[in-house]
Amino acid sequence: MAAIRCSGLVKRYADVVAVAGLELTVAAGECFGLLGPNGAGKTTTIEILEGLTEPDAGDVELLGMRWGGGGAGGAADRALRERLGIQLQETQLADKLTVAETVRLFRSFYTSSHSVDEVLALVELEEKRGAWVGKLSGGQKQRLAVACALVSRPELLFLDEPTTGLDPQSRRQLWEVIRRFRAAGGTVLLTTHYMEEAERLCDRVAIMDHGKVIALGTPRELIASLGAEHVVEFALVDGAGRVPAPEELAALPGVQAVRPGPDRTALTVAAVHLAVPALLGLLERRGAELSMLATHHATLEDVFVSLTGRQLRDA
Amino acid sequence: MRDRPLVQLTLARMREFYREPEAIFWVFGFPLVLAFALGIAFRNRGPGELKIGVLRAPGDSVIAAALDRSPALAAAVLDSGEARTQFRTGRIALLVVPGDPLVYRYDSTRTESRLARLEADEALQRARGRPDVASVRDERVTEPGSRYIDFLIPGLLGMNLMGSGLWGVGFSVVQARTKKLLKRFMATPMRRSHYLLSFILSRLLFLFLEIAALVGFGWLMFGVGVRGSFGALALITVLGALSFAGLGMLVASRARTIEAVSGLMNLVMLPMWILSGTFFSYSRFPDAMQPFVKALPLTALNDALRAVMIDGTGLVRLGAPLAIVAGWGAVSVGVALKIFRWR
Repeated sequence: MAAIRCSGLVKRYADVVAVAGLELTVAAGECFGLLGPNGAGKTTTIEILEGLTEPDAGDVELLGMRWGGGGAGGAADRALRERLGIQLQETQLADKLTVAETVRLFRSFYTSSHSVDEVLALVELEEKRGAWVGKLSGGQKQRLAVACALVSRPELLFLDEPTTGLDPQSRRQLWEVIRRFRAAGGTVLLTTHYMEEAERLCDRVAIMDHGKVIALGTPRELIASLGAEHVVEFALVDGAGRVPAPEELAALPGVQAVRPGPDRTALTVAAVHLAVPALLGLLERRGAELSMLATHHATLEDVFVSLTGRQLRDA
Repeated sequence: MRDRPLVQLTLARMREFYREPEAIFWVFGFPLVLAFALGIAFRNRGPGELKIGVLRAPGDSVIAAALDRSPALAAAVLDSGEARTQFRTGRIALLVVPGDPLVYRYDSTRTESRLARLEADEALQRARGRPDVASVRDERVTEPGSRYIDFLIPGLLGMNLMGSGLWGVGFSVVQARTKKLLKRFMATPMRRSHYLLSFILSRLLFLFLEIAALVGFGWLMFGVGVRGSFGALALITVLGALSFAGLGMLVASRARTIEAVSGLMNLVMLPMWILSGTFFSYSRFPDAMQPFVKALPLTALNDALRAVMIDGTGLVRLGAPLAIVAGWGAVSVGVALKIFRWR
């Protein structure tokens, strides 16, 4: 049985269409990532799935149940909420309550739940048990938010940009929490605009832009769809020689695709050891001078750029 | 073991309150400071000596001596320039111009000046030989219950119930909404009724501390007693607290920002601070305004509190004001539940 199934989801706000006909199926036990720039409709989508936002059209099925059975906030909805764990992007928990008091408050809403100590151990916050929430670091607050989502022993966990704004260490700690939840058989839907996060955590990824899914697959499949595994980026010193035309670059050995950008040019490359010397030779013949040259393994970021022509961060 | 959500929500409310020193001051400290300051400033001490000016002219010293013989008066002979200045600035209540006839110059809209005129005339007429026609004897009593502080303490109690009801509920609800905490709660199986009830419960628990602090202070400091029963007082304050908590819920039902709800709360409270007879009797307002003033929940609450504390009236005879208080609460909660923004 699918943990999440939705079809034809539409949500319009006054002047924008936030979600424009979305279809998704997430299998039980899967970790699924919604990926996209800010404003792509990720949060609206996840909040519709969570039953917090009413869609204008479309159908949502979670764990074989639907929202609104017996009226909003009714017994059927509460029964479904018992099985979900939810972390919202913007929630600020009460500053003047301690970590343990906060978890205990959330715990009291559920019929079956972890003990406070168990869930604090899950997110490694045992030492902060008695600390006021207002005194926690950003990473600790975020782990507490996840603890409040996990306290109900959910079957399905929703995480909306769980690691945004965190330092690399806090981010890795949170990834570890999510991995442990998955290892215990849980299903996860998360949104992120960090490609690395999606590649490391998610079994499958949907790339969203303008309220639609523009690509869907495992991170490996999506990267493979670029047709090459490496990306070479370079930029030239202004005014030194002529910039090679995209066709000339495309004709270099090993180059699959060329993406000219405002401040740099990116080449999708199957064989770096062939393409880079050829590129350097071409630039030398033109008298052009490099100001930057970099190569990396292709990422989901490159997939997004090749699909939309925009960078994720500033899209 | 399972925790009860209503208990945990109420505990959270109370912890958030008592861990906020400012809130403690505004709810407990401020009314006491106010009662203390006003109680001292308006303590009953009689009018004191009234200052009378006598214009420098033939016969002034005889008049001044006659006035000084009255214990209520203090006379001073003044030049015309000085007299004008002191009269204008209110340092003398009355100016006596010697001559025939004697002239009393005073502002008849000032109580103090009218009193000065009576006392001065009495002293001068007697000095010139007017006999007392009837024999009289003064009997001086100061009755607890008739002082300003006796009037003030129930009013402050009412005002405090209004303030802590509106702020305590309104502010917390809107803060939870702006911080998306309300939305987060909606993502759990929490019952909405539990959330709202937790405010009521925590209000009631703090209520007894509020009442005890203010009533105890009035009693220890100024000897303000409760003439009626404590049971009646408790019942009225509980009703008042519930009603204003309901009004707080209504005020907070839609607001999305702290600024918006603060504005709304001031809009609700300001008229009642002035009109509802907290610091002075609302009978001073024109007759045309009386029905409106009396329909306000704080007016009704203050009336009921004063009736119990000062007059010792029983609950049965307070049906009308208590119905007004209860009515406001019921209507507020009813409307609030209809229009409440849960996310």
